[in-house]
Amino acid sequence: MTGLTGEMTHALVVCFSAIFTGNMVLSYFLGLCPFIGVSREIKTAFGLGTAVVFVLTFTSGINWAAYHYILVPLELDFFRFILFIIIIAAFVQFVEMIIERFSPLLYVNLGIFLPLITVNCAILGVSLFMVIRDYSLIVTVAYGFGSGLGWMLAIVSMAGIRQRLNESRIPYGLQGPGITLIIAGLMALAFIGFSGVLQGR
Amino acid sequence: MIDILTAIFIISSTAAGLAAILVVAERFFADYGECLITINNDEKRTVKGGGSLLESLTSEKIFIPSACGGRGTCGYCKCKVLKGGGILLPTEEPYLSAEEKKNNMRLSCQIKIREDIDIEIPEELLAVKEYKVICKKIVDLTYDMKQFIFSLQEPAKISYTPGQYVQLFAPKYDGNTEEVYRAYSISSDPADNTIVELIIRLVPNGICTTYCFKHLKEGDQALLNGPYGDFRLTDTNAKIIFIAGGSGIAPIKCMLHHMQNITCLREAVFYFGVNSEKDLCMVDTMRAFEKTLPKFKFVPVMSRPEHPEKWKGETGLVTEAVLRNEKNADQSEAYLCGSPGMIDASIVVLKKLGMKESNIFYDKFS
Repeated sequence: MTGLTGEMTHALVVCFSAIFTGNMVLSYFLGLCPFIGVSREIKTAFGLGTAVVFVLTFTSGINWAAYHYILVPLELDFFRFILFIIIIAAFVQFVEMIIERFSPLLYVNLGIFLPLITVNCAILGVSLFMVIRDYSLIVTVAYGFGSGLGWMLAIVSMAGIRQRLNESRIPYGLQGPGITLIIAGLMALAFIGFSGVLQGR
Repeated sequence: MIDILTAIFIISSTAAGLAAILVVAERFFADYGECLITINNDEKRTVKGGGSLLESLTSEKIFIPSACGGRGTCGYCKCKVLKGGGILLPTEEPYLSAEEKKNNMRLSCQIKIREDIDIEIPEELLAVKEYKVICKKIVDLTYDMKQFIFSLQEPAKISYTPGQYVQLFAPKYDGNTEEVYRAYSISSDPADNTIVELIIRLVPNGICTTYCFKHLKEGDQALLNGPYGDFRLTDTNAKIIFIAGGSGIAPIKCMLHHMQNITCLREAVFYFGVNSEKDLCMVDTMRAFEKTLPKFKFVPVMSRPEHPEKWKGETGLVTEAVLRNEKNADQSEAYLCGSPGMIDASIVVLKKLGMKESNIFYDKFS
């Protein structure tokens, strides 16, 4: 296998594992607050999910560059937390501005979720994991994209379940976040079933 | 030591660089230039783009009624947008009926002006002005209702149709951090166009009523705009049934002043619903109207009198009193002002008495 093909395969594997075996919400419990807060309706969950995929894919790439070209040469890698979060916040602001100007339709469906994302810890998590695991740029972007998809998959399925739960009778004390956390736990258990898929890699 | 300083410097300059990019981007992307608002195909106003339609119209001294101050929670600031409003936003949807959506009605506080825009608003809104006023007199009517008399400063005169309302501006004060406008019906005698009288009932924790009751003193300056609303007397000679509860007496009082001024000889009854003795007010004023308007009758109705043995008037709900006293209402008109519950119940009763829905006019509190 040549270097590039090997890289691509690695990227693909990392992408898939980020969706299923290493799901941001269900394995690492990152991005839980919007996961619980914005999962009442499939439509909004889908909007937020798309925004997360978009922002994760791009910020992981930008943060990779910032880490390898600014922090590492200057031996400032302990500052990555601050720098990453600043970059994420600036990127989100910037994208929101562009979308609002050029596509009101997209802004309505996606833009209103963007400010929520700055504080989504899954986004920061991806950037930090990429450093720990020493991914290359291509793999990092694939990892970001996969993590986003995984997060979206989790929140959309949660929203689907919660929409059906609307018609069920739930004990008073468990209504709202209570039952949501229990369901999240069950979903996490179910996702363990995927862990065999990528064994041997 | 130097290392730490360099590190801080580098991180700060990266952050500053990003902030600079954002500022430049905002200059570039959020600049919509000058936009032209065309109102009713006639009036044209040039405003700076980027703000909300409601804000821009207010800065041009065109006032669209709005209670929440443009946060998209009251749903009053509707107007018809013919061109340039962009697509319907999810923040507007809950406040618009299917019919309104079809007619291009929008919430003006949610629309951002990005291009030239054509709107349609009721003609009388163009006559709406902002008035600087001075609170001349405050009279206690009951334990929770006060009468406020404002004398106009700038402009010095107001012209309105009896039944219309104005919006009073409540500024920030201790315990309130938002500026709001609240609507109150004018209760003054329209013959004196230099004052505006309002009757206000204290709403527990209400932003504007708390301001009026606790902070506004005689001699203070205040701000109001108006007049608004299409609650008004018709030109017919049909018998009038007024029904009001609590501070709903305000527009009715204004209408009665007007009838007195034009020596109107229409037959009229006013059912005024209150809970108990301590809510009853303005009886003398109403009795005075009975003297000058020969065909007018005032009927106070008490639902739970504290001293039933002393109370000589009607008891029960105001709707019950109407049902007891009115036999046939198919030739009459009704003017209702009060809580939504009272109005809905009254409409049911009036229809039962044969009144046509098109002859029932009301001003609902919300």
